[in-house]
Amino acid sequence: MDERALNTALVGALLAVLILGAAIGPFALSPARIAAVLTGDRSDSQAVTVLLNIRLPRVLAAAIVGAALAAAGAAYQTTFRNPLVSPDILGVSAGAGFGAVLGLLLGLPVVAIQMLGFGMGLLTVALVIALTLALRGAGQVLIMVLCGIAIGALAGAGISLVKLLADPEQQLPAITFWLMGSLAGVKRADLAAALPALLIGLAPLLALRWRIGLLAMGDDEARAMGVDAGRLRLLVIACATLMTAAAVAMAGVIGWVGLMVPHMARLLTGPRFDRMLPAAILIGAGFMVLVDTAARTVATLEVPLGILTAVLGAPIFVLLLARGARPWSE
Amino acid sequence: MFQLTRPLTRRALCAALLALAALPAAAQTRIVTDDTGREIALPENPARVFAAGPPAATLLYTLKPQAMVGWVSAPDPEDRPWLRPETAELPGLGRLTGRGDTLNLEVLLAADPDLIVDYGTVNPTYTDLAHRIQEQAGLPYVLIDGSFARLPRGIRAMADLLAVPERGEELAAYAEATLAEVDAILATIPEDQRPTVYLARGREGLETPARGSINAEIIERVGARNVAEAETRGLATVSPEQVQAWAPEVIITIDADFAANVAGMPEWQGVPAVDNGRVHLAPAVPFGFIDAPPSVNRLIGLKWLMHKLYPTAVQGDLRAEVADFYELFYGVRPDEAGLKALLGG
Repeated sequence: MDERALNTALVGALLAVLILGAAIGPFALSPARIAAVLTGDRSDSQAVTVLLNIRLPRVLAAAIVGAALAAAGAAYQTTFRNPLVSPDILGVSAGAGFGAVLGLLLGLPVVAIQMLGFGMGLLTVALVIALTLALRGAGQVLIMVLCGIAIGALAGAGISLVKLLADPEQQLPAITFWLMGSLAGVKRADLAAALPALLIGLAPLLALRWRIGLLAMGDDEARAMGVDAGRLRLLVIACATLMTAAAVAMAGVIGWVGLMVPHMARLLTGPRFDRMLPAAILIGAGFMVLVDTAARTVATLEVPLGILTAVLGAPIFVLLLARGARPWSE
Repeated sequence: MFQLTRPLTRRALCAALLALAALPAAAQTRIVTDDTGREIALPENPARVFAAGPPAATLLYTLKPQAMVGWVSAPDPEDRPWLRPETAELPGLGRLTGRGDTLNLEVLLAADPDLIVDYGTVNPTYTDLAHRIQEQAGLPYVLIDGSFARLPRGIRAMADLLAVPERGEELAAYAEATLAEVDAILATIPEDQRPTVYLARGREGLETPARGSINAEIIERVGARNVAEAETRGLATVSPEQVQAWAPEVIITIDADFAANVAGMPEWQGVPAVDNGRVHLAPAVPFGFIDAPPSVNRLIGLKWLMHKLYPTAVQGDLRAEVADFYELFYGVRPDEAGLKALLGG
């Protein structure tokens, strides 16, 4: 399938799942009622509240969280030349998770919890970069990844400590639930707060996707093509971190998507980053909307996203692997 | 000669030591059977008692505060004015059983208790935990069934263990009278006039104890219907859309922030309880009205809920009832300012 036809098909699929997500939920709304509200009918205030304040913000939040995690994962896998890399390799999820659970422990307002999560995610990766530079390992991906694992482990220890200190009746369930990822409480204001960071992170990745693709060939090759590999890699890290931190701050820690969706995209487009990135973004958005729709409809209680991404994602992933070759090897 | 006498002297010494150790014990212990069916030897009049979890700590506080060696977690500053002064400064030692096992047994032994009491669920896990800790710490560990339906019986059983039967009779009689009063009022209210209730927890109000959960028992006890019917018998997180679909007529919350903000939260508009101003914040000091912990403190929660859920059917002065309850159970009578802080208005 050529690139244009593939992307058109993926956009069509994304629109279909967005409509599906908007159409179903625990509050019964007929398709006619939904269409009426969307075209400006405000007569049924309950339907307006459910659709415009609860369901649609959530469906859109799922789409942008999925897109952000998939784009960050795709960029990292290419930049670090490693198919096992996910967006949290440099500790951003662990750091953001630590910030947010600390906010939950201190009983801060929701906005402050989100900001603390976002800030700690950025801070963690900044610390990893600073440590890498201090160790004169700027050119060495391995040192950076090892620094990320070390700092991420520290943040993980912080999370465990917070869980231990939390009130087991009141705070611990909230912390545990948050760490498994959920969009249950998402509001329009959260969406508006997260969107700038996600767009600022995504735009450079899309604009520079051809150059970023060169990093996959190795730093020397990239340099021969006129690309400063070290600086470009830092830019990719900054963009991916910004997006992941914003996504985690809004939705909690959601595993699997950033690792798996780029592989799905690669099976469709081949390994070239400039072709793979748009597909990964579209698949990530659609997959997350599907998963979140399941999260709020399969049971009365909210099923954490982290559970569903693995339960739905792992079989799809294995199926794709069985059908395809090894598309990440050139 | 030396060879002959040495084993004899040693045996005599051992016998003497054993007799010494056994004498005071024989004089002061008695054997009781607790709700796990285990026979346990405990002191005639326990003077230093450790409560294994928050429900037991609250019950112990109401029955025999002078015997407390500590709390499970130290009282918050806002709880302290509502507690007997001599107990408010006791340390938080940690909890023995349940989620978050935080107590080091050496800390427990350092507090030098002569009895450990627990009040709550009786199942094989808790029975086994009681047995293990009793073996390990060498202290009697008694578990009493803490179910709501058997509240008066639980109070009497615990009071008996603590050797304060008159105090237990006083509180158990109050519990029986309260439950009978609730039933008498409910008999006059037909099923279809009993409201649906959503119990909101957390700042966003999206955590809720599902039907069947110990944290929501009190809702069913006052005849209302808990809308949260979910796949768990514990705490569920739900979406605001689910709450819209349930459309509860009354919302009871234990979160002050949520109670203050819910009227302005767009995703809660249209919920009958919010539209009709029937969102009630349950008082939480020194112990909660709804749960936190699920213990005798829920008796005043019953009365409070009856007033909130059936405002036309329930007579009586809630403020006076709350003041009486606090004086009888907690030993602290709230003044006008205190009642206002507790109940609002």
